[in-house]
Amino acid sequence: MTTIDLGLPGLAGVPTADEPQKAKDYKSDQEVRWCPGCGDYVVLNAVQSFLPTLGLKRENIVFISGIGCSSRFPYYMNTYGMHSIHGRAPAIATGLATARPDLSVWVVTGDGDALSIGGNHLIHTLRRNVNLKILLFNNRIYGLTKGQYSPTSETGKVTKSTPMGSLDHPFNPISLALGAEASFVGRAIDSDRAGLTEVLRQAAEHRGSALVEIYQNCPIFNDGAFDVLKDAGEAEQRLIPLQHGKPIRFGANGEYGVVRAGFGSLDVAKVSEVGEDALVVHDAHAEDPSFAFALSRLSTQDLSHTVTGVFRSVTRPTYDDAARAQVDDAKASRAADLGSLLRGKDTWTVIA
Amino acid sequence: MSTGVDGGAAATGTPRSVTKLDRVVIRFAGDSGDGMQLTGDRFTSEAAAFGNDLSTMPNFPAEIRAPQGTIPGVSSFQVHFADYDILTPGDRPDVLVAMNPAALKANIADLPAGGTLIVNTDEFVKRNLTKVGYAASPLEDDSLAAYQVHQVAMATITQNALADTGLGKKDAERCKNMFALGLLSWMYHRPTEGTERFLREKFAKKPDIAEANVLAFRAGFYYGETTEAFAVTYEVAPAKLAPGTYRQITGNTALAYGIVAAAQQSKLPVLLGTYPITPASDILHELSKHKQFGITTFQAEDEIAGICAALGASYGGALGVTSTSGPGVALKSETIGLGVMTELPLIVIDVQRGGPSTGLPTKTEQADLLQAMYGRNGESPVPIVAPQSPADCFKAALEATQIALTYRTPVLLLSDGAVANGSEPWLVPDVDDLPDLTVEFATEPNSPDGTAFWPYLRDPETLARAWAVPGTAGLQHRIGGLEKADGTGNISYEPDNHDRMVRLRQAKIDGIPVPDLEVDDPTGKARVLVLGWGSSYGPIGAACRRVRKLGHSVAQAHLRNLNPFPANLGAVLRSYDKVVVPEMNLGQLALLLRGKYLVDVVSYTKVAGLPFKAEELQNVLTDIVKGVDAA
Repeated sequence: MTTIDLGLPGLAGVPTADEPQKAKDYKSDQEVRWCPGCGDYVVLNAVQSFLPTLGLKRENIVFISGIGCSSRFPYYMNTYGMHSIHGRAPAIATGLATARPDLSVWVVTGDGDALSIGGNHLIHTLRRNVNLKILLFNNRIYGLTKGQYSPTSETGKVTKSTPMGSLDHPFNPISLALGAEASFVGRAIDSDRAGLTEVLRQAAEHRGSALVEIYQNCPIFNDGAFDVLKDAGEAEQRLIPLQHGKPIRFGANGEYGVVRAGFGSLDVAKVSEVGEDALVVHDAHAEDPSFAFALSRLSTQDLSHTVTGVFRSVTRPTYDDAARAQVDDAKASRAADLGSLLRGKDTWTVIA
Repeated sequence: MSTGVDGGAAATGTPRSVTKLDRVVIRFAGDSGDGMQLTGDRFTSEAAAFGNDLSTMPNFPAEIRAPQGTIPGVSSFQVHFADYDILTPGDRPDVLVAMNPAALKANIADLPAGGTLIVNTDEFVKRNLTKVGYAASPLEDDSLAAYQVHQVAMATITQNALADTGLGKKDAERCKNMFALGLLSWMYHRPTEGTERFLREKFAKKPDIAEANVLAFRAGFYYGETTEAFAVTYEVAPAKLAPGTYRQITGNTALAYGIVAAAQQSKLPVLLGTYPITPASDILHELSKHKQFGITTFQAEDEIAGICAALGASYGGALGVTSTSGPGVALKSETIGLGVMTELPLIVIDVQRGGPSTGLPTKTEQADLLQAMYGRNGESPVPIVAPQSPADCFKAALEATQIALTYRTPVLLLSDGAVANGSEPWLVPDVDDLPDLTVEFATEPNSPDGTAFWPYLRDPETLARAWAVPGTAGLQHRIGGLEKADGTGNISYEPDNHDRMVRLRQAKIDGIPVPDLEVDDPTGKARVLVLGWGSSYGPIGAACRRVRKLGHSVAQAHLRNLNPFPANLGAVLRSYDKVVVPEMNLGQLALLLRGKYLVDVVSYTKVAGLPFKAEELQNVLTDIVKGVDAA
């Protein structure tokens, strides 16, 4: 097996392909069965187009999913894959990534799968910093079970299970991930292929857990949930794209920016009123997650200010690398002598 | 128990009589902070070093430190050692060591009349007596008249012995368990070097504590030797076991070693994904020490993540293992089902404890059999292997692994609290004799036209599916929890395919060859068969010996494969007038046997959190045998 240093720590140890690849190499022979107009198609195409650029051996890429519409994703990828059980994909992927340093392991999950039934596994995977890329398709609804509210649905949402409006306060997935001290957190919108591809690229290059929230439209049960982020004239007022090292500006002509407010929080201001020097320069590598957390709080339930791009990307030891290092250290320093282990220290002999 | 008195002198000290015994049961009982488990464990090691056969039963509360001096806080350790092969930790102690009034009150009912009682008198003060409901001290009235009572001020003597060490009074008093051990070591002529070495190693970083414990241990030994309080000492000769090298081992350690051996013999890395739970945690502790064998231990965020990580590792071509107890199995059941559907190897260790719910965490029970068998949605068969004694856990782990790897299936390994924490001598196997568990992974396309990989094409003999691991070029495929099309493994909702796949998965498990059931019937005339499974092997075996000693014939057989059953099981059941099935549940194996073989077995059950007593089973069996023979 050939292992070439790509200069991408996230993929260190994963063998590279001998031939250039195309998007169609990543399409499986299975018919894609999402509803017409589903945002999942766009994400699938983006991933299939993006993966060839990594130049990895296809057989060393694995997609693990849970349950939900988005979790059918692995069936459509001509890689290895497992469509597992509800909420557990990060845990299964943790075992796989720990056992196999030569694999690039991707988790595909949804808002219900990752944040409701699988919330525990998600936060613990992120705190451990297992070398996994987690794509969280957030459509703010339960699609596969036909339209109940999800843990990211807005309060008051009328659904099949909440005819008088949902009572739940929703999770902000980015805030949650940062609370778990995720080392990489990003967000993209299904309709913005270039933005999505850029976040995916940075996630792939990151060594450790990368959580990518993807706003994804469900045309059947929550159609138009993100239209305000897609409508010309409306979107520019709401979308705040991040670029590391650059002042955070947005608006059709960059007329708005992000400034510091009290107690470490951030706010939105008109550049003409506060001046360019007051704008916050985005630092994705800040050790303290508070800054990225403050960015995540600009986006409220009503999507009034939605930050996209990479909120945080910091380097810290990964669980799977450290676990393998312990095994390697033990192998180097102690003989694996089974007979000696079984005999132990205190034996006695019975003579015939 | 006595086999005659030898009037000779003890080896050292005041001349006194030495009684030769063939077996003795000693129970050390005290407060959970008194170090009774350590004391019992050390005495056991001394017995092992001396070459006795032995069997132990720890019994401790679930609370780490229950209120001091109370009945719920009592912790005990029973050790049975003998000059012949024994099967159980003993029904009742011959000697009870009671470190406080609570320990006395909780255990005295088990001591038969004439038994030896050694009491630490220092704790028999009004406050402690009142705490457990003694109006007057039992040492001062005639309530203990039936026993040979030895009153020893263990704490005081220990403190005096350590007076010159500079150790504080409290620290000195804490060494009194070693005093008790020293006294008992003297009484039973035990070798002492091992314990002194052990103490110096255990407290290597605190040499003053190590020396204090050694001093207390010696003080106990000399106390026996020099005072006139003990007129008799006892000898239990080494047992005549099969030739070979032995060591003492607990069930959890033997099980962990079985997994290490499985890693070596399969040449696969092991990933143990688990979550701490009593009484299974020691398997995690043990395996975490042996990373040099390619073993990764992952302490997950919960039971579900533990088994999921193990399954993920198996998917990647490692041997995935998870360890838990009944409540954990409940949480893991959906993932076991995923293992059944994806047909991946997985070892699920269930160290059973009292249930339902949290139940009795530190006590034993066999009530997870039906959970192991049926506790999942859909038709979800898994093989079940149950070790019958602590040392047998090693072999059972290897057998479970062999089934899991050969048939690509989760396997339930049903241990229990008695097996897990109990210990016995183990004839250490020769590594060269261990089975070869190597696996052949798929490396080439296998479809009929030779162009594709079909993950659900089966070996015609084993019905095991082809197993290709990620990283294998050209064999990319997807698996998952949805029903699979026979052969291709693509998603299929087709009615006939589902019916076929359900039957194929069942047939695969049903077809696993397991050894025929062996029946032990020395006279060949028995009309009654006793059939057990798991940890009741010892008490059932001991009971059968007693019944036979009374002149009756009784046959014994023990199941270690509970799914599939041995092929000859039905024929064996039908060849006896009566089949008795003792279980520490309400008749779960009996239900399976009646359902599968239409044999009306007699179910004898007890769910007390403790192993059966041999005496109890002896009485039950004797009555049944007499009834059948009279009919």
